[in-house]
Amino acid sequence: MDEAKPVLSRINDAADEAAKAPAAQRAVVIEAEKLNIVFQTADKPVIALSDVDLTVQKGDFVSLIGPSGCGKTTLLRAIADLAPLSSGKLSINGMTPDEARRNRAYGYVFQAPALFPWRNVIKNVTLPLELTGMPKADRETRAAENLHLLGLKDFARKYPWQLSGGMQQRVSIARALSFKPSLLLMDEPFGALDEITRDSLNLHVHELWAKTGLTAVFVTHSIPEAVFLSTRIVVMSARPGRVLRTIETNLPANRTLEMRDTQEFVAVAHQVREALREGHSYG
Amino acid sequence: MAKSPKFLSRPSFPRKRDSSSTATTNAYGAAAKILPPAVILTTLIIIWYIAAYLLNEPQAIALMDPDGPTNFWAVVNASWSMDRPVLPTPDQILSNLADSIFNYPLDSPRNFLLQTAYTAQAALTGLALGAVLGIALAAGIVHSRVLDRSIMPWVIASQTIPILAIAPMVVVALGNIGFTGLAPKAAIVGYLSFFPITVGMVKGFRSPDTMQLDLMRTYNASRAQIFTKLRWPVSMAFLFPSLKVAVALAITGAIVAELPTGAQVGLGARLLAGSYYGQTMMMWGALVLASLLAITLIFCVRLGEFFLRTSRGGRL
Repeated sequence: MDEAKPVLSRINDAADEAAKAPAAQRAVVIEAEKLNIVFQTADKPVIALSDVDLTVQKGDFVSLIGPSGCGKTTLLRAIADLAPLSSGKLSINGMTPDEARRNRAYGYVFQAPALFPWRNVIKNVTLPLELTGMPKADRETRAAENLHLLGLKDFARKYPWQLSGGMQQRVSIARALSFKPSLLLMDEPFGALDEITRDSLNLHVHELWAKTGLTAVFVTHSIPEAVFLSTRIVVMSARPGRVLRTIETNLPANRTLEMRDTQEFVAVAHQVREALREGHSYG
Repeated sequence: MAKSPKFLSRPSFPRKRDSSSTATTNAYGAAAKILPPAVILTTLIIIWYIAAYLLNEPQAIALMDPDGPTNFWAVVNASWSMDRPVLPTPDQILSNLADSIFNYPLDSPRNFLLQTAYTAQAALTGLALGAVLGIALAAGIVHSRVLDRSIMPWVIASQTIPILAIAPMVVVALGNIGFTGLAPKAAIVGYLSFFPITVGMVKGFRSPDTMQLDLMRTYNASRAQIFTKLRWPVSMAFLFPSLKVAVALAITGAIVAELPTGAQVGLGARLLAGSYYGQTMMMWGALVLASLLAITLIFCVRLGEFFLRTSRGGRL
């Protein structure tokens, strides 16, 4: 890997500083301005995103929440350069989405694990690194680190179909960390999992974020999940897809599942629910 | 219970055996497995012998020694042991084959193994050609809209022409520019066997889902990398079924290609010579060996599939 990609510890230090620094001084990771995305369909154009503004700073954990069709996934895909913009400005670490993708600046976790069934767990996690031509020993070391981070080090030689859905999604998160990205994009990664597995994975993601100081953008339609994980929640609304309100959670940095019963947590969840309801009455 | 090697059996998900099943039920299960095919085989053989008697009887009676016994069993016996029967019996075919294989040197044209080797050589060379061509065409078609639109119709059209019509033309045309023997046969086999491989591999190369392709895009993978790391490994599940169809076509193709070459070598040549001279045993011998050859090649494909599946942890 080139030296542009910081090592894990360096991210860590930077994150600690970032967390202490006031918002105004933290580096901007994602900057979206008057973003519009229109899909041409057979009968009429569909406005997926309308004049969306979004700023994500280093160390933020931003959740995009909203009803189906509100464009939250489209926004995430636009950031990842998987969906083309119709108009507006979007920059990732000062680069265009295309440049950011070419520089492998982010890790992306899809709705499904999308593991390659003919590769075992470690080979799935080393796949992104194989594409860069990294020597085998190096990529296996790094993959082992990432698997360890997600509590999967004993499953390196298993095949995807031998793992539960939750474990498969953890493998896909480990895989997304391959390039040591400072930005992690997650598109409803736990939507298909049961409540208990989801809780445990939320904890994994939270610890990962707290440990590494990643910047994360997380698409979800679960209010407790959004509140639990985020520093900021962006509530979106459908037809046309737009940002309705941005809610700062202001919850303590280290979170536990029990925290979900506290007054503060419930209050934030209530705020999000109110905002979503407001959006619904517009529609 | 007789256990066949794993690669002989069809791929199946590991099934949990009922631990309470006893030896008797296992023996019962084995009998239930073996009995039906055994009954069918026995029935077929009985029908064969009856048919051989009915078809050979008129000539057998004409050739019988008028001074010898002429009862029913003598007629049956005579019709089952003619030198040039209309329909030889299975034991006659087998002993004729054994005679050709064990009583002639391996390089003698009368040895069926030599003829089988010629046919196998043509089938395998052609199959290799067909596989390379088929995979290359499929890769082209998947990567280029222009190729998809301009080549695919020709690929399909190529298979609507009966091979019997094309084979002599190919043999004559290639013969005129100095290619004789193996080359025209391999060309015909390749022409037949590329088709299932192209069709199967186009489907295989296109089988990665959108999410897998998006994933590769987030890694900034090149088209070549998407091909080698995603499309190619995914398509293996389609390659082996295509190869099995191609093998069957390759044997047919090799035999058909041996017919118009003036019947020099190969099982096709034996078939032709047999039908010229009324040597039905020779024809049947060629047929038996052709099917054994096909079974062997299919077995090799399965073996390859088995090894690949094993290297992938048990699933293709």
